[in-house]
Amino acid sequence: MSGGEVKFPLDDLLRRDRFPHLWCQGCGLGIILSTFCRAVLEADIDLDDLVVASGIGCAGRLPGYLNCDTFHATHGRAIPLASGAKIANPDLKVVVISGDGDLFAIGGNHFIHAARRNLEMLVICSNNFNYGMTGGQLGPTTPFQALTRTTPFGNWEEPLNLVQLAAAAGATYVARWTVTYAQRLTNSIKKGLQREGFAFIEVVSPCPAIYGEMNEQGSAWQMWEELEAVSRIRDGIPPAEASFDLHERIICGDFIDRERMGYTLRLRQNRDVARQEGLAGYG
Amino acid sequence: MRGEILTGTYLAQGDWACAEGAIAAGCRFFAAYPITPATEIMERMAVRLPQVGGDFVQFEDEIASMAALVGASYAGAKAMTATSGPGLSLMAENIGLALMTEAPCVVVDIMRGGPSTGQPTMAAQGDLMQARWLTHGDYEMIALVPASVQEMFDLTVEAFNLAERYRLPVLLLADALIGQMYEKLVIPEADQVGVESRKKPTVGPGDYLPFQVDDSLVPAMACFGEGYRFYVTGLTHDESGYPDMSPQGQGRLVTRLCAKVRDRAGEIMRLDTYHLEDAEVVVVAYGMVARSAQQAVDLARERGLRAGLLRLVTVWPFPTQFLDGLSRRLKALLVPEMNCGQLVHEVRGAARGCSVHSLPKPGPIPHSAQEIMEAMEGIKI
Repeated sequence: MSGGEVKFPLDDLLRRDRFPHLWCQGCGLGIILSTFCRAVLEADIDLDDLVVASGIGCAGRLPGYLNCDTFHATHGRAIPLASGAKIANPDLKVVVISGDGDLFAIGGNHFIHAARRNLEMLVICSNNFNYGMTGGQLGPTTPFQALTRTTPFGNWEEPLNLVQLAAAAGATYVARWTVTYAQRLTNSIKKGLQREGFAFIEVVSPCPAIYGEMNEQGSAWQMWEELEAVSRIRDGIPPAEASFDLHERIICGDFIDRERMGYTLRLRQNRDVARQEGLAGYG
Repeated sequence: MRGEILTGTYLAQGDWACAEGAIAAGCRFFAAYPITPATEIMERMAVRLPQVGGDFVQFEDEIASMAALVGASYAGAKAMTATSGPGLSLMAENIGLALMTEAPCVVVDIMRGGPSTGQPTMAAQGDLMQARWLTHGDYEMIALVPASVQEMFDLTVEAFNLAERYRLPVLLLADALIGQMYEKLVIPEADQVGVESRKKPTVGPGDYLPFQVDDSLVPAMACFGEGYRFYVTGLTHDESGYPDMSPQGQGRLVTRLCAKVRDRAGEIMRLDTYHLEDAEVVVVAYGMVARSAQQAVDLARERGLRAGLLRLVTVWPFPTQFLDGLSRRLKALLVPEMNCGQLVHEVRGAARGCSVHSLPKPGPIPHSAQEIMEAMEGIKI
């Protein structure tokens, strides 16, 4: 190494000039970033073909640290933006990394329809149970009765089970892990990257600085210990049984792994049919 | 099967001509959501795009359609969507993203009555100011306003060329009458359709700064998958593309985004004039109303009134200086519009040399030539 500079295994995948990152101490996004990079290496993805898009929020800042083509889009719109990119250039390997509020509140409809179409993309959701970037408001996965800045008397809404939604909408690969399962998460991301269809991975990610603070969850270390204590791996069980209770039981694993023709391949078929049919109408 | 450009003479619908213009301009990605009176554009694209090696996608809403345009544009495609007022309202967010990230694309708005659901099948010109101030923040818009089926073709090509040249979303605003009407359309030979494409980087990935500009103020555009590994954000950013939250950063970026259009406004603006040479009273009109206005000028001249017409072919950027100069040798300007009076405010702001009169008529029936002629005669000069 010239000049005594140390080279780390993930250096080629990261924009070193963008560090230190902006996330709080104890946040799970660092694990998501590192496991994603390791999975890209293991899956032998060409960084020139990789496009990572995100929406708004803490997780939305993740692509900014990645040394590939990256797009930090509007709130909730990373999936349709990535869809347009993938359709226009099917040779791209397209990934969306964003948060629970971005993907399932403001962007929920886009998630459902991209899964239904089986658009070839990997969607990774960092689920931290609140809107961290804006200071800790209610999100679509906030536990019942949890305290947030906009549920000062407790949350009266039931949280969404992201795995069940993804499975019902038609995703061809669906998994859930907490950040404490770094190796299994890496394997899962690798699978998702290799899938030629809509793949979804929910990553349960602690937010000790805001959500944990409001709900007296203790230190980052205590939150991580609790995640480990309540998690159980149940690979292959029906998504309906992949229950989620932040303080009682979080079922992790690979739940859906099925083949279905990807959307851009179907669009190629559509071109073939259209050419055979000839011009409708004028001409 | 014939070529990608359907050279020939047709009796065609405005929406159909728009779709064919897009294909002639090189559009190969179209994303939209059905909405009257623009649906015929997407239906035509659904047939034609896969035949010319492009893709048509009907998205779940207009928000997704516009986001997909930005993604497709950054993946290298010439991309278009078509909608009407309610859909344009939903697209506002990601038209802002396209402006901020300088993603070339074309947005067609076939205008119907509004606000809200309004009169879906009927014409209006109520989206004129929406087209200018659609999304929040500081920016300049380019909007073209066709007045014939032929212009639906020609100006769609022009919209793509402007989008590619200046790297922004360009609006084509047609009232529903122009979109839905049938009249003669001539589609030229392929080599007669002037097609422009975005400027590509001349440096390698190591030296590329995605938002660095030369005198044109328009950055060269690398696309996804070309090895440049760039970062794009809707946040205020510097020339490297990274977020810039400094007080100077905001000014630098939005000043350039505005200036790249303002400085070239003379090249972008297109005006059509009729009997301006000796005119004392001039009608300023666009779209369907401009056709009535041209007849009104003839009627008025038959009756001895020295009338003229200024037809806006581009409504944004607005020809402020031209109108001011013109107004200094006129007695009056008359602004008939199919709305409660929108463009007239812009005309009043520009034309300081004569009186400016509004002739609003909030759709769906456009002004008749008689109405405009009588309004001209009624002006006390």
